[in-house]
Amino acid sequence: MKLLKRLLLVACVAASFPAGAQTPVPALDFDAANPLTLPDDIYLGEVGGVATSSRGDIYVYTRTGHPTVSMATARPFAHGGSRLFQFDRNGRFTREIGAGLYGFLFAAQVRVDPQDNVWVVDEMSAMIMKFDPQGRVALLLGRKAEALNNPPRAGGAGPAGEGGGRGGGRAPGAGAPQDVFNRPTDVAWDAQGNIFVADGLGNARIAKFTKDGAFVKSWGQRGTANSEFASVNSIAVDAQGNVYAADAGNHRIQVFDNNGTFRREITGVGNAQAICMTPGPNQVLYVSNSNPPTDIDTAGEIAKMRLDGTMIGKFGKAGKLPKEFGTVNAIDCRSESTLYVGEIGNFRVQKVTMK
Amino acid sequence: MPRYLACTFAALLLTAVSAAAQQKATITGVADIPFTPVPNFLKLPSGESLGESVAVATNSKGHIFVYHRRDTTRLFEFDRNGIFLKEIGKGYYGFEFAHSVRVDKDDNIWTVDEGTNLVTKFSPDGKVLMVLGRRPPAVDGPVVFPVGPNPPSQKYILCRPTDVGFDPQGNIFVSDGYCNNRVVKYDRNGRFLAQAGSEKAGTALGEFNLPHGLQVDERGNVWVADRTNNRYQVLDNNLKPIREITNLGVGWTLCISPGPHQYVFHSNSNPNGNAPGTWETTGEIYKTELDGTVIGKFGKPGKVAPGFQVVHMMDCRNPNEIVLGEIESWRVQKYILQPASRTATH
Repeated sequence: MKLLKRLLLVACVAASFPAGAQTPVPALDFDAANPLTLPDDIYLGEVGGVATSSRGDIYVYTRTGHPTVSMATARPFAHGGSRLFQFDRNGRFTREIGAGLYGFLFAAQVRVDPQDNVWVVDEMSAMIMKFDPQGRVALLLGRKAEALNNPPRAGGAGPAGEGGGRGGGRAPGAGAPQDVFNRPTDVAWDAQGNIFVADGLGNARIAKFTKDGAFVKSWGQRGTANSEFASVNSIAVDAQGNVYAADAGNHRIQVFDNNGTFRREITGVGNAQAICMTPGPNQVLYVSNSNPPTDIDTAGEIAKMRLDGTMIGKFGKAGKLPKEFGTVNAIDCRSESTLYVGEIGNFRVQKVTMK
Repeated sequence: MPRYLACTFAALLLTAVSAAAQQKATITGVADIPFTPVPNFLKLPSGESLGESVAVATNSKGHIFVYHRRDTTRLFEFDRNGIFLKEIGKGYYGFEFAHSVRVDKDDNIWTVDEGTNLVTKFSPDGKVLMVLGRRPPAVDGPVVFPVGPNPPSQKYILCRPTDVGFDPQGNIFVSDGYCNNRVVKYDRNGRFLAQAGSEKAGTALGEFNLPHGLQVDERGNVWVADRTNNRYQVLDNNLKPIREITNLGVGWTLCISPGPHQYVFHSNSNPNGNAPGTWETTGEIYKTELDGTVIGKFGKPGKVAPGFQVVHMMDCRNPNEIVLGEIESWRVQKYILQPASRTATH
């Protein structure tokens, strides 16, 4: 009996480390602080996304204000609830982009492409909105549902249903028609400018578009096999055009070639809610094992790894203090040594400096 | 069938009568504390007004914070003379339906929002320092008011929380609320430590039925206005019940003054919807010692000042200057109490 207990203990300890990691993961030394100075009348709420441009500008897409459903209308219409703010490289507020925009309901992500266009992903309007560097709408993918479904879902934040997009008769989570989304989470581009959308929580698939927004193809459905996802929470494309999709519910990152053919998986990443890949010749991956909003006593650390999945080290834990993380939903890693991290739980952005 | 209906009706009638009867405090012979109301206490800029003024608090400089339900829920700051200074949290994600505002010993401002299920700590200049709880995500659609039993309580998710307090070590206590029935203790960094009660309502000591107000005294004991149980409960710092107070009417809200000699103010608030005549028998505020000795009472209901239409919250930083926030008359009043003779002996 004693032996059995000991064996069980060993098995449990082994299971708590990523597969293949026989030695303890190095703890990376880091510092973190709030880099942003907000005007008195602007407040961040849950930070869906944070991203920097080549000039060092910082963009924050946040759930804030008062999400509203209209009354005394033919159908219930949803308005507001998210805003996009721009700060300079020193964290000073520059401007708001797209105030009152039709598609700003529930911030999911913001990313900046190599040409400094700003791409916003909204989980509730199910739209991908591209802004040019001047802040004008340049390209739209998806369409906001005209009205909320009626009757609404029962209270409480349950898991995303077997979405299946708006069409019927397809595999669970496969989505249809394929150029509209169901709770999308993220966007990325390859070197040619092709667009990859993580779609996401309602669907469980990836959609590829040309740089002009023409739908190319879609892959993935809900499940646990290769090319299946519990959810697609975050996405990145490497210099060779391979697509890295964070499948948080299955605790892995799946890697596909540029056409969606499954290549391999990186396991042992926990609840990979946010990933970021550095630019340049020696790319590395930052992966957040985000704690759930219901618990700050578990997970929360960010891992740094090579693109082949080799662990370099980890830093941080869940919590509310500086240098702790509250459900990280976004990482910007334009610089490998300076990260911007956006948190759902703490209504803030932290600038992380790797030592 | 008729018999069943009759029984149901009788039961309903009994419930109604007993509820109304219980709102009258059972204590008798309490002396009146004379007071002077300060007329037109708060001066708002033109174009501004207060909504349901459910929450008031003052900081160490005497500034007054009013957290009220208007076009949306808003937080206003006034100087010690009642002159409007500024608005805090304009457009803040954590504001939808105000319930409480409290100021800690470092002058941080804490709001409790019953609509977003969030408790927020603001720095003295109005920046967000900490958030407790989570707002239901809009992407999940409108929340339907739950029917049936409350879902199980969770460490870091609040359900229509009502109030917040702090012990001398900075631990945080939250009364939670309308769809839980518990008091939660977090450490100063927001980590869950303990809870009393659960999602279920109960009448035993350490159980609650709508914990509606909360304060912590200098010894670290936690005082809870256990509203639907028509009582107050005193818990120790680890949330073990010490005693209950059942003779001061409905336990709507309470305030404990700071300093070496603390006083407790209890409001037997009287909302619309009660039977005719209750203005004469309820609605008063009691001043007591920490040991429960009742010093006196003051105030009565009324739509016209200095009457009050449901005191929802009191500030008693100065135990002789009580600032009162009212729900149903959308106003904040200030009473200057004349120290009662018994008070003077302490």
